[in-house]
Amino acid sequence: MPILRIPTPLRSYTGGQVEVQVNARSVGEAVEKLVEMFPTLKPHLYNDDGRLRPFVNLFVGEHNIRDLDGLATPVAEDTRVLVVPSIAGG
Amino acid sequence: MSKSMLPGLTRDEILRYSRHLLIPEVGLEGQRRLKASSVLVIGTGGLGSPVALYLAAAGIGRMGLVDYDIVDASNLQRQVIHGTGTVGKPKVESARARLLDLNPTVQVDVYNEAFVSQNAMQIAEGYDIILDGTDNFPARYLTNDVAVFLGKPNVYASIYRFEGQVSVFDARRGPCYRCLFPEPPPPELVPSCAEGGVFGVLPGTIGTIQATEALKVLLGVGEPLIGRLLLYDALDMSVEFVKLKKNPKCRVCGPDADIKELIDYEKFCGVPGHDHDMGSAGKGYDITARSLAERVRHNGLVLLDVREPHELEISNLPNAVNIPLGTLAARLAELDSARDMVVFCRSGTRSARALELLASAGFSRVKNLKGGINAWAREVDTSLPIY
Repeated sequence: MPILRIPTPLRSYTGGQVEVQVNARSVGEAVEKLVEMFPTLKPHLYNDDGRLRPFVNLFVGEHNIRDLDGLATPVAEDTRVLVVPSIAGG
Repeated sequence: MSKSMLPGLTRDEILRYSRHLLIPEVGLEGQRRLKASSVLVIGTGGLGSPVALYLAAAGIGRMGLVDYDIVDASNLQRQVIHGTGTVGKPKVESARARLLDLNPTVQVDVYNEAFVSQNAMQIAEGYDIILDGTDNFPARYLTNDVAVFLGKPNVYASIYRFEGQVSVFDARRGPCYRCLFPEPPPPELVPSCAEGGVFGVLPGTIGTIQATEALKVLLGVGEPLIGRLLLYDALDMSVEFVKLKKNPKCRVCGPDADIKELIDYEKFCGVPGHDHDMGSAGKGYDITARSLAERVRHNGLVLLDVREPHELEISNLPNAVNIPLGTLAARLAELDSARDMVVFCRSGTRSARALELLASAGFSRVKNLKGGINAWAREVDTSLPIY
């Protein structure tokens, strides 16, 4: 099953889990499954109008899904989806 | 700068930089190039410390340091350019003294002020490259836009807890910071290092990578992280790279850019341009530690502690209910909206967010402990530690 890698700032909403396996065929479906599993994560990934927040970047392999097919980007059994949020600490 | 224009090295400098001169990628010409170079380090905190130390040691000719802050004891767990002896002093002065001790041949310019729209272009224009070691979103968007407008590389790094990111944003040759992050996160969704904490060695690892990239850019060697983002996780010791492309819709570096000059970055990000805890929920929503002490003595109210469970080992208030901020939305049913309640955390920032959440859920009898349990420790129960 595809794996979503959760960045540190969001791990408190996944019970500390770093990687979460979901049964999905697209990035959009994978993220939906993720927030079904961890509902408190939802406001961090989606706007009130249900769109993915612009400060959250999703990468399939090395590529930003913005440069692929967006949330429709397909994922295979062994795909890793990286969730890359903006962090500001210095 | 052509080779003939580069400054020469003195006998002392040749000895000092001998290990660089032995590397063909640096050599005498590269070292002279570093001597002719200037860098602007914005922020002399966790990232700025190793960045400034290693760039000064490497023989950069001129370095600007921008920071408005003073050295605090809680900085020393990671901000290694400062020391116990400089607690209470301006960070830029503390850093300059350390840098000149390390390498007196470097010219260190200090700007003991906040990096803001009013002074940013003027400060940055005199330097070859900019290093972003800031600690908040307004300063990061400002730094990016300044670099784009001045046509300079922005060597970027940021950290949170165990995780770091590094890239070289050079809008002339690749994407800028806004191409990756068009908008900042809403302030209530991302904790800062002051609230969330940071593993002390992390800025050392990430800052030295940032300094490495700056030196590569200045020397023109290797493959700088232009169009690539390095993602580091200290816990599983993983390093990953992702590709970054220029965003055709980028508002500062795209073909239809509509931001042509610096804007109000605090307004854009909805937060102040610093990482200090304000500890206030706003007028009418706060209660001071002393007032709370009176209230606690006379009548019963609910004390809601929204810190993480491991923080309770450091300090706590008797009879407080602990519901960490991250789980509060899902646990509202445990609270009685008919009772008076005071919410607190370490410094008052997370509890101010909790108050907003509670208010939006119909809790109207809630106050925020201004300054958090640290204010209580300062003003009411001095046996408690401040952290």
